[in-house]
Amino acid sequence: MARASGSRKPIGNKIDVVPKMFGHLRFRDPSLAKRVAEKIRETAPKRDAVKICHVCGTHEWTITHHGLRSMLPPTVEVIAGPGCPVCVTPASEVDEAVALALKGVVVACFGDVLRVPGSDKSLLDARAEGADVRVVYSAMDAVRMAEKEPDKEFAFFAIGFETTAPSTALEVLRKPPKNLSFLVSHRLIPPAMELLLGIGDLHIDGFIAPGHVSTVIGLKAYEIFPKAYHMPTVVAGFEPLDVLFAVYMILKQLKEGVAKLENEYVRAVSWEGNTKAQEIMHKAFNVVDSQWRGLGKLPSSTLKLKEELAVFDAREKYGVHITRGRDLPPGCQCHLVMIGKIKPKECPLFMKACTPQKPVGACMVSIEGTCRIWAKSSFM
Amino acid sequence: MAIPAKVVKIQDSKAQVDFGEGVLREVDVSLVEVKVGEYVLVHAGYAIQVLSQEEAEETLRLWRELLEAENLSETK
Ligand code: SF4
Repeated sequence: MARASGSRKPIGNKIDVVPKMFGHLRFRDPSLAKRVAEKIRETAPKRDAVKICHVCGTHEWTITHHGLRSMLPPTVEVIAGPGCPVCVTPASEVDEAVALALKGVVVACFGDVLRVPGSDKSLLDARAEGADVRVVYSAMDAVRMAEKEPDKEFAFFAIGFETTAPSTALEVLRKPPKNLSFLVSHRLIPPAMELLLGIGDLHIDGFIAPGHVSTVIGLKAYEIFPKAYHMPTVVAGFEPLDVLFAVYMILKQLKEGVAKLENEYVRAVSWEGNTKAQEIMHKAFNVVDSQWRGLGKLPSSTLKLKEELAVFDAREKYGVHITRGRDLPPGCQCHLVMIGKIKPKECPLFMKACTPQKPVGACMVSIEGTCRIWAKSSFM
Repeated sequence: MAIPAKVVKIQDSKAQVDFGEGVLREVDVSLVEVKVGEYVLVHAGYAIQVLSQEEAEETLRLWRELLEAENLSETK
């Protein structure tokens, strides 16, 4: 059983929380949704197909769970890009965590990291072999654990996009206890979006940019997409209406023949983003090239602790450097699902050999993985 | 993913927040400048941004306006 810290409920894992304090503002107003859907139908091209790509597990959850695709005309397709941080973590980095765990270091990780496959073992497998692997809800929990048990060595497996990276940076800069180090695997969203545009036969017509990542990096981080790629880009929130409006805003741009950067999620995202969080991230990390699961090496796409913080870097501290791994278990099509090239249903293992109870690939493990979201939806 | 919560009490880098369930939970607020009574977006135990209630209402107003204005222009 997962040893969750304390008795707190993992709020972060519960996606369908209605933001109650904004509830009265009716962000889910069905009559409004119907009208936006009408506007979408009027604005959508009649013949040419349009492909809109989002890059966020929570967007996929909203879209799938609320059946938003069924509200769109046949010419409008919304696909899911690599927006699941756990899914894009390459097997080699899971292998590093497994190696640490098998060396006797207590590995602390988020709940949905436990079952992610490494080249031949997951952290859960390592635990079954007697390793001490613990589930935490936040970086803070790892710090507390290390403080409480000073005679043990701890490593926090830090996975997540720009939403999570500032909290890791914060804890590293706070000078954590000597027995805690960090296996940093934080990745950045804009390079993943650029990767998608380089895939010749994907033909994306517009981006829905991820709201939560954008609260940190700000609208400005996406300037390049309309400017250099002529790609309509709309930062959107996570209510069904947010996503529908973003689709409408993109279709409108396409109809007018313009490519702009627009903000649908003004209640949380500004042009500059959270500059305090950005500064803290810059203080702790350098940006480096790295492998993404099944997607190859992406330039300037991953965070690495700065040299002066190397004492907190688990890779340096324990000399664990694994550069190659087996990202895809036999038959798994995660590399195609993650770029929206195929739908989970098109993977021959989907809901046969690969289910949420017995996942084969990373996209079925994580709560933000497209395969898992589709598997859990009644709309499929 | 991140969830909005109302800040009820602040002490140094930690705040007691309400996720709408009436139970107070502790989150770290070092990454934001926030006051008691404001709403924050919380991700994995850390507030990552302050939410604007005004902007929230503004969004809804704009949505309605956008739809209505266009409906009007079509009937003209
Ligand atoms: S269904 Fe399973 S095996 Fe197929 S792509 Fe998804 S995670 Fe991989």
